[in-house]
Amino acid sequence: MTSTRTPAAPGPTASDERDRQQRRVGFSQKLGRWDVKLSPYLYISPFFILFVVVGLFPLLYTGVVSVHQWDLLKGKGDFVGFENFSTVLQAPIFWKSVRNTISIFLLSSIPQVILALVIAALLDANLRAKTFWRMGVLVPYVVAPVAVSLIFGQMFADQSGIINQILRNLGFTGIGWHSEVLPSHIAIASMVNFRWTGYNTLIFLAAMQAIPRDLYEAALIDGANRVRQFFSITIPMLRPTIIFVIITSTIGGLQIFDEPRMFDQFGRGGADQQYLTVTNYIYQLGWTNKNFGRAAAVAWLLFLLILAISVVNYLITRRIASEGGAKQKKRKKVSA
Amino acid sequence: MSTPSVAAIEQFAGKGAARSAARKRNRSAGLNAGSERRPRWLTYLLLGVTIAISFYPLYYAFLLASSTASDIARNPIPSLIPGSHFFENVQRVLESDIGFWKAVTNSVIIAVVTSLSVVLFSTLAGFSFAKLRFKGRGPLLVFVIATTAVPTQLGVVPLFLVMKQLGWIGQLQAVIVPGLVTAFGVFWMTQYLESALPYELIEAARVDGASMFRTFWSIALPAARPAATMLGLFTFVASWTNYFWPFIILGSANPTLPVALQLLQATFFKDMSLIMAGVVLSVIPLLVLFIAAGRQLVAGIMQGAVKG
Repeated sequence: MTSTRTPAAPGPTASDERDRQQRRVGFSQKLGRWDVKLSPYLYISPFFILFVVVGLFPLLYTGVVSVHQWDLLKGKGDFVGFENFSTVLQAPIFWKSVRNTISIFLLSSIPQVILALVIAALLDANLRAKTFWRMGVLVPYVVAPVAVSLIFGQMFADQSGIINQILRNLGFTGIGWHSEVLPSHIAIASMVNFRWTGYNTLIFLAAMQAIPRDLYEAALIDGANRVRQFFSITIPMLRPTIIFVIITSTIGGLQIFDEPRMFDQFGRGGADQQYLTVTNYIYQLGWTNKNFGRAAAVAWLLFLLILAISVVNYLITRRIASEGGAKQKKRKKVSA
Repeated sequence: MSTPSVAAIEQFAGKGAARSAARKRNRSAGLNAGSERRPRWLTYLLLGVTIAISFYPLYYAFLLASSTASDIARNPIPSLIPGSHFFENVQRVLESDIGFWKAVTNSVIIAVVTSLSVVLFSTLAGFSFAKLRFKGRGPLLVFVIATTAVPTQLGVVPLFLVMKQLGWIGQLQAVIVPGLVTAFGVFWMTQYLESALPYELIEAARVDGASMFRTFWSIALPAARPAATMLGLFTFVASWTNYFWPFIILGSANPTLPVALQLLQATFFKDMSLIMAGVVLSVIPLLVLFIAAGRQLVAGIMQGAVKG
């Protein structure tokens, strides 16, 4: 997109005519030339230098650490090959953390996208006080995940929490939101949904508003009601945006750390590791057990998992979204 | 953003604001909508419920923060009227030995420095990518965009080793330096400047003998202001709410606010009113920011923000 700029557009260094002019005007010609030649690289260099040092190098060096015995305090030890990987892959706790991560991810991303689409459709109307509603749904975004987790941790408290009390008042028994596997995943996913649904709603809303209104008018003439319009026009037209939201939430969601870490005061993912996520496990291996080699091995495995799920995600979304409305490539760019 | 022709840029010139095609369509859609019927009460009802769900957890935190631990134990469903113990609980948070003021100071320093630096470096790089010509521009920009999808958090082990080597463990620069410029910021400013900054202005500055940097400083930076403000806001929020890396590298000796909240929880886990007072204190600054600049956040996301 951005890389295919029209070459006709004259850059400051572009036109020969201007160069000639500069040659006449400029007194320190050489300096000016260097300025023109090097400045572009100089200006983009901070990002690349920083990315190499704090992004790329650590990511690659994770591979080196993962094939060594490596203690947090004592540093690098013997080369052990894939021992760290095989130990981790045989540990039930690793698989538990993978299960928890995927479960929490599914419970947060799927309802979140559906809810965000519905709320966006509600907002995509000729509302009074538009800005109020839009700002209203975004409020949770400014609350730190740690704070959200403390609040929801209390709301979902097994004994003194508001949610169990309401259930009891309605005649049900309280649910073990902390002690049981699936309920704890639901509680943690609800924190993620709380914080990000509004944000994604606004992304969808922006994309919806870019849909030409005459499509809806035509549908109305054909006798389609609002629900039918939503599924036959809005969803297909939103396809690129939906893919975009799902992919970003996959990359972020599978690295979830804060919410399960803060769900109780111990931060070990529950008594039976029922809500320990992979990133929690990395922390535990590296900083609690001081075993950097194993932590690095798990980091690599998580990297592969993210990659695999992203690909699967992409394939599924492409298929689902392309059913119904196929041909519009034109506006792939509302929100990316 | 689509590829603007020179003519299109001319059209925008002098307005100082990039109107992407989507944006313009929004406006005309808005005009059409003027003749559209207003939605029925059901829409408002559903939106009202949505907003109530967005607000209630925050209000719940305040309700608990204004009561006592025994109130909470006695009545898990707090009454909608706040209790009278809020300032007392705040006092206890401030006087506790988790170093709350230090955490506030640290969070402010990190968020302010990071935001300013991300805006400056991203605008600089965005100016270069959008308006200057150099070899490798296309591939380099693609590389920048690709890095937004790299889960860099997974490099945490070696990054910790780097910081250890530098002797930065427990020091603020260990949090600040990795966040000085982001791929998202560079991409965002590139997109904006492509349409917001006319080549004619750059040409004019160059003809007048301005150096490259002078051109950036006097022409590109002012033109970038609307997008730069939004980028600064998003960076501030992200920095203020960040927990994982500060928790690992700073620890309890030199905490940021989220780390301090975790310490509060670990130390006083039986005293929910105290913890919630800390939560409320940590949320207030960003709520104030939101009231002041929430419109810009909304506009930023709708103009094509990506999670950064």
